[in-house]
Amino acid sequence: MATSLPGTDVVVVGLGAAGGVAVLPLAQAGLDVIGLEAGDALTRRDFAPDEIRNNVRDWPMAVQKANQEIPTARPNAQSPTTRMASHPMMNGVGGTTLHYWAQSWRLNPWDFSVVSDTKKRYGASRIPAGSTVEDWPVGYDELESYYDKVEWEIGVSGQAGNVKEKKDPRGNIFEATRQREYPMPPLRWTGWLEKMADAAKGLGWHPFPGPAAINTRPYQNRSACMYHGYCNRGGCHVDAKNSTAVTTIPRAEATKRLKIVSRATVTSIDVDNQGRVAGVTYLLDGQEYVQPAKAVLLASYTYENTRLLLLSKSRAFPNGLSNNHAQVGKHYSSHHTLASVIALFPYDLKAWYGLPAQGVAIDDFADDNFDHGSLDFIGGGNLWVYSDRRPIAAANMNTFGRVPGWGSAWKGFIKQNADRWNTAYIQKSTLPYETNYLDLDAEVKDPLGFPVIRITAEYKTNEERIAAFTQDKMEQWYRVAGATEVVRAPLGGTMLPSTHAYGGTRMGDNPETNVVNRFGFSHEVPNLGVLGASVMGTSGAHNPTLTVQALAWRTADHLVKQWKAITR
Amino acid sequence: MSELRFFSRRDLLKTAGAVGAAVVTSSGTEIGAGVEAEAAQPSVRASTGAGSSVREAHESLTAHEADTLEAIVGRLIPSDAHGPGAREARAARYIDRALAGALAGSVGAYRAGFAALDRYCRTSKGRLFVELSPPDQDAVLTDVERGATTGSGFIGSSSAFFNMVKAHTWQGTFGDPYYGGNANFVGWSLLGYPGVRAMVSAADQQLLERNQLQPNRRSAYDFDGFNKATARADEPHTGPDDRPHNDASDTRREGVATTHGD
Repeated sequence: MATSLPGTDVVVVGLGAAGGVAVLPLAQAGLDVIGLEAGDALTRRDFAPDEIRNNVRDWPMAVQKANQEIPTARPNAQSPTTRMASHPMMNGVGGTTLHYWAQSWRLNPWDFSVVSDTKKRYGASRIPAGSTVEDWPVGYDELESYYDKVEWEIGVSGQAGNVKEKKDPRGNIFEATRQREYPMPPLRWTGWLEKMADAAKGLGWHPFPGPAAINTRPYQNRSACMYHGYCNRGGCHVDAKNSTAVTTIPRAEATKRLKIVSRATVTSIDVDNQGRVAGVTYLLDGQEYVQPAKAVLLASYTYENTRLLLLSKSRAFPNGLSNNHAQVGKHYSSHHTLASVIALFPYDLKAWYGLPAQGVAIDDFADDNFDHGSLDFIGGGNLWVYSDRRPIAAANMNTFGRVPGWGSAWKGFIKQNADRWNTAYIQKSTLPYETNYLDLDAEVKDPLGFPVIRITAEYKTNEERIAAFTQDKMEQWYRVAGATEVVRAPLGGTMLPSTHAYGGTRMGDNPETNVVNRFGFSHEVPNLGVLGASVMGTSGAHNPTLTVQALAWRTADHLVKQWKAITR
Repeated sequence: MSELRFFSRRDLLKTAGAVGAAVVTSSGTEIGAGVEAEAAQPSVRASTGAGSSVREAHESLTAHEADTLEAIVGRLIPSDAHGPGAREARAARYIDRALAGALAGSVGAYRAGFAALDRYCRTSKGRLFVELSPPDQDAVLTDVERGATTGSGFIGSSSAFFNMVKAHTWQGTFGDPYYGGNANFVGWSLLGYPGVRAMVSAADQQLLERNQLQPNRRSAYDFDGFNKATARADEPHTGPDDRPHNDASDTRREGVATTHGD
């Protein structure tokens, strides 16, 4: 028997990167907010530098909701599905920002207007066949003030390359103009990173340190980064990683307007007889609760956002909430971050202490930063080398065909080379396609009996061409820096569950092809907002989190400003 | 801009465990001490040395299975001119303990795999795996890795068994010694990993780059303040009551007071 709770102004489903940011402007505006989070509150005590727990065993100290609803995946509708052993995201107050890499990029203006910019510069024929890409209904200029707000609110370190149209070669000269510097200087470089930067300069490229939501000096009463080497899928033991759990969420709680309910699994978003959202139903310790709200913001990550909408069926929405135009689950893509390049050097890189956000970026080949006139693809990739090594991962290094995978010869190889290799992280512009989508898996269910998400998606020709092009550039860079062996990962394949998962509830002006409007509210359900990368129609060549957070702030802002109109 | 109180250069030089103070703050000292005492247990046991002379009770495996596992890990990462290997690291102890907890789901695959391995050895070489010479053991393991012995009774394929044992051997050799492996930091020494630290200053990094940074031989749980429950090898998280969420938010707030930002 469900327990009916007293109503509130806003329910936010999920307190991660997106929901964890949105609660702050809502609470500051005086709205009563209930944050429903499937996970627990974790703290610095939970964040021991322990590779087995963090990287091998997948956070056993956290609530295992996501890991019980791992999406299945298949490349196309004709193929059988496979299922990964773990979900890339996790549950907890702060969500995956607790252990993310914390790279905090702004997108390029091109990412918001791929269609019109491509037509203008190269002609309409250059839009890849089968792509459902549209221009975003919001552009960089409109988002700039929200990027700025989030950078200062959570704390982002970095080197600006374009403040008010003034270029600074120490930063990213390709970035769109920003109103001011980052609040903190960038993470330091190691000797090897300096060497990589010099090699890039020798090629005529423009290396710079990447932006990170990691403190490089004490900021807002929290410590600077300790570079201890366990940041990759590890929580921060000194709160220098600016997860929403240590930034916006506690600030929202301080207003007394935010109430957090942890270990709450939302099972449906409920509508009234006029088709407006009435609240949500959730489970907590086996008990069912109904939480009425005047507005609901869905912020549970791309897969769960899509799944919750599809599972929330009603008379008004027989195919799932906000799905009367059959757009929920469409325009999906997993960011193309595969097709990496691995290099072996004849010297130690001294990479044992560092973090994935500490590195050298090249944006010369990202998005439309270079001319594609004579190329057979649009978009591009950001090249990223970074200082990050842990012992088990090091022992699992590629042996470049030189020795077998075990035994004495392997041992001799590993003894010499454990600290001599690097894997580049190359994020590539990824577009949505008609045949790439999410729906519910008819066979695989979570422990509650609800179907999990099924990904039907694969990397298409345009993305594979970007991959081949950027691998060439990456190999060139490694070779100039002295690499003696270089291997390349495959160019494409099935889009597996990803930490950079876009679409499913795309944002756009046209309700026939988009789930949410330009402010992130449902075209069909006016008091339902959706937060997260599920609203993004293109990926760009950079990590999504800062854009997700800027959009979340903007959606919350819109709700505050239009409170009466939206909630009636 | 003030420096963090607990990370002054002097503190840093004084003790590598400085972070414990910042994590726990004054009220947490006792908790921290408790963590350290308990976490020290595996290290103490680790220091009793490796090899078959020390016979411990096994948590998951029979004596013969344990002997077989010891023989396998000893071939995967042998003791040789490059130094001690997986036997000395007590990788088999890591696996045995984990099979009673986090890796409990793999017990069946191990049990069937050991039996199938012996079946294959008896058929092809007339002896059990543990009775074979090291070159013969290597030859058998190569067959197992290739999947050539799948018909002998392995769950899935023999290469799946091989890959599983290899992955767990790597964890037991190169993982934190808290879990019963990497005894005497054998694995970390082999890789040249200079050890777990709570803080690595720019000066430390420069020492590392000049090959002058001294290895720090500690488990993560030798540092004060980390919740041991969250790292237990025994059980994956099963519910809200098997880990403390006592003062979650208080810790966060207290931590704020130890720093002076802008």
